[in-house]
Amino acid sequence: MSHIVPVNRKARLIAKLVLDAPDTARAMSLPDPPFGCTTIFAPGWEADSSGGTSNLCTPIERDLYDCYHSCYWPAQVPDALTNFPKWANACGAPVKDWTSTDLVFP
Amino acid sequence: MGEPLIPMTTFAATVHRRRVVDDAVWIYASSSAAVLRLDAVADAVLGAFLDGPKTVDAALAAAAAAPGATGIPNADLATTLRELVGLGLVRPLGESAPPAPTVPPMPYPLTTLVVNVTNACNLSCTYCYEYGEDRLADRERTDGTARRSTMTVETARESVDFLFANSEGRPEITVTFFGGETLLNWTVIEAAVAHAETRAKAEGRKVNFSLTTNATLLTDAIIDFLVDHTFGINISIDGAAEDHDRHRKFKSGEGSYELILPKIRRLLEKNRARRGRPIGARVTLTRGTKDVRGLFRHLTEEIGFDEVGLAPVTAAKDRDWAFEPSDYHLLVDAFGALADDYVEAASAGRHHGFSNLSDLLRELHTGTNKAHPCGAGLGLLGVSTEGDLGLCHRFVESGEHEIGSISEGIDSEKRAAFLDAGHISKRIDCHGCFARPVCSGGCYHEAYVRTGDASAPNLHACDWIRAWTDIGLSSYARIMAKNPAWFDRHEVST
Repeated sequence: MSHIVPVNRKARLIAKLVLDAPDTARAMSLPDPPFGCTTIFAPGWEADSSGGTSNLCTPIERDLYDCYHSCYWPAQVPDALTNFPKWANACGAPVKDWTSTDLVFP
Repeated sequence: MGEPLIPMTTFAATVHRRRVVDDAVWIYASSSAAVLRLDAVADAVLGAFLDGPKTVDAALAAAAAAPGATGIPNADLATTLRELVGLGLVRPLGESAPPAPTVPPMPYPLTTLVVNVTNACNLSCTYCYEYGEDRLADRERTDGTARRSTMTVETARESVDFLFANSEGRPEITVTFFGGETLLNWTVIEAAVAHAETRAKAEGRKVNFSLTTNATLLTDAIIDFLVDHTFGINISIDGAAEDHDRHRKFKSGEGSYELILPKIRRLLEKNRARRGRPIGARVTLTRGTKDVRGLFRHLTEEIGFDEVGLAPVTAAKDRDWAFEPSDYHLLVDAFGALADDYVEAASAGRHHGFSNLSDLLRELHTGTNKAHPCGAGLGLLGVSTEGDLGLCHRFVESGEHEIGSISEGIDSEKRAAFLDAGHISKRIDCHGCFARPVCSGGCYHEAYVRTGDASAPNLHACDWIRAWTDIGLSSYARIMAKNPAWFDRHEVST
């Protein structure tokens, strides 16, 4: 660093940890995020502050559309592995029949 | 270097304090407690966010227009911005912080037990929270019977055993004797010390002792014992006779200064001859204290104390000795003057006994970032004369703040609930304050006396705390510029 001097112990520690190790955790900050199931976490919105869905900034079906289109699995859909294995059974093609899925109440 | 910046993202400066000391720009970053020095270029880049969040391009354009960055290539400014982002001084707007842990893993081992050996005192200081109008302790048990005001030898030994049992993994622990006036129950202190030393020897651990006393009952035998067992000793004394006797009186109304002075001199002399631990004067500042610098010199130069700690009195706001926010400039001026003397001494490599500043400088240099304002309920507990546990010595025997007893152990649910409520993440008022890492909301006891809620931040003291932190930052910068080796004592060997 040519214009900043880390002075106290904490500053020197951070400078060493953060600035000397620049090549970690970059995936999310790249302009074109990679596709795939495991590299991305998209925070979806299942309910607005009133508990409904009418005020959501992204439509609820966006989660399903992303899943269908780009092959990644938003964390906010019900857990199909153990608790809600049949949740998506009624929905063969999310773009067409996403309304056949429903909210779950764990 | 640092993470790449996404052009369309809006960035904002995080909470920090900027101080210009002897023409150099010093920054205290409140998210991390890092202290940094910026040159004119970095100052221009950080300054670009002074009037609000900006995109990268807008920030770089604003920085380039600042006088300090004239002629500096854009790439250089961009690198500096990346570094500021990496250091946490500038972050993406609205970035969510990772959830902070609220309570450390339990059972958290104790380091210190404050043992209230007696509730009795032979003085009747007007401002005393133990005996005065701001007392929290219930003198009666819930069944209406009177509490025992003096600890028994048996309870003292059990307290020591409790500390050993609840400090697992700590090679060094401390027993602090407190009161009332501790020396009124001297036999219990002697017995507790003997028991603790036996246990420490058997377990291969080190036990330290400390004690606070008004010095009225010091005898040659007691002085020998304290020095022989390398006690850390705090003497409550408020300055020369005029200041001291204003509040520190016997029940007759007579001041105590004349009585204690020769006894203190003997203690200091003996301790110095034996190269004991530094002995501190513990001064309670009240609204009536006028000349703090004179008071400090009296205690150090004329009496010979190694250190002096100054504490503004804790009191409900209508007490006439209490400081009000409008009085805090008096404290700022006084502490500032002492800090100037400290900086001059430290810059020349000489000791200065202003222990408030020594403590603050240690915290600033190490980058202490407190989740709780103090160790109460965490590494430190208080124990009452009857063996009940409190958050600290100030809370013992105050029913609602009791968290178990030495015989039944710590009430871990109450302890966790209190620590959770007192965590900085719950003190929303503090989140925009640059002094948060060192203050963290302030004393639980003071908050309780002022607001009735021990976990509330002490908002009446904010101006004072910020001014004091500023004094600390300036002092740190000035000593660091002239004698950086002064801080080697706070380095850790790696």
